[in-house]
Amino acid sequence: MKIKIRYFASLRDIVEQSEEWLTVPDNAYIADVRTLLLERYPRLQPIMDRSVNAVNHSYVPAETELHDGDEVVFIPPTGGGC
Amino acid sequence: MEPIIQLTHQPLDRAALVEAVSHPSDGGIVVFEGIVRDNARGKQVHYLEYEVYEEMARQQIAQIIAEAQQRWQIEHVAVAHRFGRLEIGEASVIIVVATPHRSEAFDACRYIIDTLKNTVPIWKKEVATNGEAWVEG
Repeated sequence: MKIKIRYFASLRDIVEQSEEWLTVPDNAYIADVRTLLLERYPRLQPIMDRSVNAVNHSYVPAETELHDGDEVVFIPPTGGGC
Repeated sequence: MEPIIQLTHQPLDRAALVEAVSHPSDGGIVVFEGIVRDNARGKQVHYLEYEVYEEMARQQIAQIIAEAQQRWQIEHVAVAHRFGRLEIGEASVIIVVATPHRSEAFDACRYIIDTLKNTVPIWKKEVATNGEAWVEG
């Protein structure tokens, strides 16, 4: 199945793109996607360690199962406000 | 009244937000305005660049307002956040809370800005004279 990954802030700077589609095994978990991305982009390691997971615009734990077409974002520490 | 949530490239309009939130049944309005300042951690800041994950930020802000409305009697709320490049002195965020009595307005406004900083997917890049960096918190 395919999932959409979007990159923001420091993650986008590292992977040098704002989104991509990834092919992952059916019933993959968020944790599997983390592993896959770290293999592809080893430089993500420090920021991924401090990022939380979001699927379809909601925060979710790493043991969340994914479905075809899901939008996955790893959210680095936020800095909104002022 | 539905809360007002604005995520925009344009300069924020405090007067318009206060006007939109004002209601005859409310006796107090608290406005929090966050401003870009010219220094941070000993560095001279040149300007800031805010980035937002818009769909999720909108949803998270709505959730924060709903939580505040459960804790305090607040019906009239506006939350506006600007993104893109902001110069020194410009407003990055404005929160307006109108309530029948003042103490709830202060408490709810404080709760909304503090929670927003922690949970809403908005990021800030500081461009200083000696380089640039994404700022956490």
